[in-house]
Amino acid sequence: MKFEGEHLFPGQLGHFFVLLALVTSLLSLTAYITASVKTDEAAKRAWIRFARGAFLIQFGALVTVFITIYYICSHHYFEYLYAYKHASRDLEPKYLLACIWEGQEGSFLLWSLWQGVLGTLLILTAKKREASIMSVLATAQVMLILMIIGIYFGDTRIGSSPFVLTRNELQGPIFGMSNYLSYIQDGVGLNVLLRNYWMVIHPPVLFLGFASTIVPVGFAYSSLISGNFGDWVKPALPWTLLSCTILGTGIMMGGKWAYESLSFGGYWAWDPVENASFVPWLILVAGLHAMLIYNATSNALRASFLFIILGYFFVLYSTFLTRTGILGDTSVHAFTEAGLAMNVLILVYVAVVSVPLLVLLFTRYPRIPAPRQEENISAREFWMFIGSLILFLSALFIISITSLPVYNKIFGTNYAEPPDREFAYNKVLVLIAFLLGLLTGLSQYLKYRKTPASYLWRKTVLPLVLAAAFTLAMIFFYPITYIKKGPGFLVAIYLALFGSVFSALANGLYLKSVLKNNLKAGGAAIAHFGFALMITGMLISSANKNVISDNRKTGLFFQFGKDPTGREENDPVENLTLVKNVPTQMGPYVVTYVSDSAARERNRVFYKIHFKKINPATGADDENFYLNEDVYEMKGSGLSSHPGGRHYLSHDLFTYISSASIRNPVDDTARFVTHEMHIGDTSFYSRGYVVLREIEKNPDSGRFHFSHSDTALAADLIVHARDSSVYKAVPALYVSDNALKFIDDTLVRENLYLRLEGLSNDRKFRIGIKESDALTDFITLKAYVFPYIALVWAGLLIMVAGFIISIARRVKAANFITALCVIGVLAGLFYMFFLANS
Amino acid sequence: MKTSSIVILVAIAAAIGTLLMYSVNFSTYDTIQSARAKQGRYVHLIARLDRSKPIQYDALKDPNYLSFYAIDSLGATTQVIYHNTEPEEFEHSDRIVLKGQMKGNVFQCDEILMKCPSKYKDDKAQLQKTVSQQ
Repeated sequence: MKFEGEHLFPGQLGHFFVLLALVTSLLSLTAYITASVKTDEAAKRAWIRFARGAFLIQFGALVTVFITIYYICSHHYFEYLYAYKHASRDLEPKYLLACIWEGQEGSFLLWSLWQGVLGTLLILTAKKREASIMSVLATAQVMLILMIIGIYFGDTRIGSSPFVLTRNELQGPIFGMSNYLSYIQDGVGLNVLLRNYWMVIHPPVLFLGFASTIVPVGFAYSSLISGNFGDWVKPALPWTLLSCTILGTGIMMGGKWAYESLSFGGYWAWDPVENASFVPWLILVAGLHAMLIYNATSNALRASFLFIILGYFFVLYSTFLTRTGILGDTSVHAFTEAGLAMNVLILVYVAVVSVPLLVLLFTRYPRIPAPRQEENISAREFWMFIGSLILFLSALFIISITSLPVYNKIFGTNYAEPPDREFAYNKVLVLIAFLLGLLTGLSQYLKYRKTPASYLWRKTVLPLVLAAAFTLAMIFFYPITYIKKGPGFLVAIYLALFGSVFSALANGLYLKSVLKNNLKAGGAAIAHFGFALMITGMLISSANKNVISDNRKTGLFFQFGKDPTGREENDPVENLTLVKNVPTQMGPYVVTYVSDSAARERNRVFYKIHFKKINPATGADDENFYLNEDVYEMKGSGLSSHPGGRHYLSHDLFTYISSASIRNPVDDTARFVTHEMHIGDTSFYSRGYVVLREIEKNPDSGRFHFSHSDTALAADLIVHARDSSVYKAVPALYVSDNALKFIDDTLVRENLYLRLEGLSNDRKFRIGIKESDALTDFITLKAYVFPYIALVWAGLLIMVAGFIISIARRVKAANFITALCVIGVLAGLFYMFFLANS
Repeated sequence: MKTSSIVILVAIAAAIGTLLMYSVNFSTYDTIQSARAKQGRYVHLIARLDRSKPIQYDALKDPNYLSFYAIDSLGATTQVIYHNTEPEEFEHSDRIVLKGQMKGNVFQCDEILMKCPSKYKDDKAQLQKTVSQQ
């Protein structure tokens, strides 16, 4: 059958370039491996030249594939399954980019593109190590391209191609028709949860972070096969630093995304998918410190190898966890079940790249030099090593809990996560934070080999005393309120606070006194300062997070003891119902749901919510502002919410709509009943009566702002309900464009709609009263206050600045280039973390 | 390395090991029937929404009370009470994981994890349904 309206050329082109990329990546891999074993210099150079050519063609082919997918998605060629699944006509261009990496194929492509970039940089800079480093990178590249190849070997499809056709993949009656495309009006589109600018930025940064972890591994490999075991550390250091920076930034971007745009109520939930990226970072940082120790003292070379290679192994392992669907029920982010062949392929990828490295390390391990000299307990390297070990062990701790679904699979058990997941991690990690705070603070003042005790004491007594004073001051003036886990955990939080504040002070003072403000040499101190600040911010903002929509605090809906629903005291009551136009107290604010309006996109509704904070002393408004939130209404009653928030230096107010009334005007069959009334007359409705107090011409107060040139009337009504409550209602009418318009008033508590319909012949006023059974408009709101959360993001930015300074120093960059990099990156991150969404 | 260094390393490793052991407090995946037998124990139920029974949620009365019925693959059903709003795309979910404990005949749930067809685009059956409805 000939199908109408299909555009098959881009797909064929794309598929050709995928095949080209696979072939050239295999060629470059073979050539690099050959080059790395050749001893004859001329032959070696020739092989390298060939391998470079193949690698660059491969890179170019991948870029073409990427452009082709973008072309298909942006032209809404829904004959391609990828476009049908991920694109839709209402998507803005930036989200068209995001919908490429929403899918599995697109994210593997993104990863391989970054490896292409890194490979090109290595070709330019790696010199004599090029062949061995690139053999590692090219191996990974072959595996990644296999993921998107989508060709059959027998009955098994290897990889999953982004260019498959909708009609070949899906079954349905429409595919029997030659004009089936005219029935596919629109694609499924990007999941509404993901329509956020972080979806555009976070995956590329994170994948660059993942991709970059292979570079230090390549360097380590080059030394393992050459037998010069120590000479990789120095050239690999800037790469390791870079990898730590980018992966760390990518992880925190994910946190910021979860925090501000997904309604998870925080930036970190110890979700398996989050952990899967955090664990490699921890091990990589452990590896970085081991490398620094080796660089300064020739110790810890074995640990450097081990941590760097294991760091990469855990990158692959986390790919396995997140991409095969094994996490299944444990993660809210987990990606889909990819099918058996794909899962096997991912497993093969993990094995092919990491197992040979681990075996190589194991066999060479005894030959790696490890000095037998005595290590002084006052030496910096000793405590740095302890620090790396703590990082490494905490990574193992996290991954051993996260891997629970893997144990279940292997042993056939049915264990599930601990009841309170966050606490299961936090109770250990809070102590790690304490230890790391002490170590990162103290070790700045330790010298390599041996430190005089008097020097250490003289330098650290001030930050220790200040940190202790700060912690004590917190206990008295701003105590931690997270007491539900008992006094032990509370003490642990204070300890961790003490540790991280100490570290921030110690590193700050170190910059000031020891380095004499020599920022160029202070990369490490700046990074540690930022890290300590970040941990401080995390501790305060999570421990003192306050759910201000908690009904216990607002006093609404909550009756102790006699709750008919069987609610117990500690069951959560975190959602607050706001009825339209009814001001409700929420924490320090009086909150009113003012209005809602439909948006351009399908099913999207904007809500306008007014917040007012009244100063109890003066009665004046301390704050008065509107928050705009939006939700996507799903079919049925569900919705997907985009939170609103307001940022202050000291805290963030963060709110999101957790449910909303379904507006369905057709259901509302009740009609206005007209009552003709003089001023002072009374009319009855089923549950009370209405008094017309006055008619006002062109009112200019309250809800209305008419001027003398308008034609408007407002009826001042008093409603007496049967339960003896009294309400005021002011419906109005006005003339606009030669038509009569009504502004009804509603009394939601009474389900009453009031309308001023006009004048009757005998000079009475016509008041329409409608009693409705339909739901009144309402939303339920969840609102949090996160105190001092800005410290988390500021700390991250400072840490990144420290990393960049260290990298610049290692590559001996000129001062102005360093400054330019720091300023450029910080400006970008500042925009993303502080400005873009507020 | 000095003996003292080794001692410190071992001590730290031991401390972390202890913490690990102490924190292993895993829950289990259960069916409705086996959860009933474990009254008050924290479990994960794998079930789906029983659409033949009413979902009760009235934000005007109480925004923190959702009641519905879950049915598991063995056909057992239970009432579930969740002190929160209806989660996103709840009514479209294929399969839900309910975290909480059985109290009497009611499952008191703290957290609902869902697999939703729209989140799981690679679910072919769902895509076929969508494409045919256009």
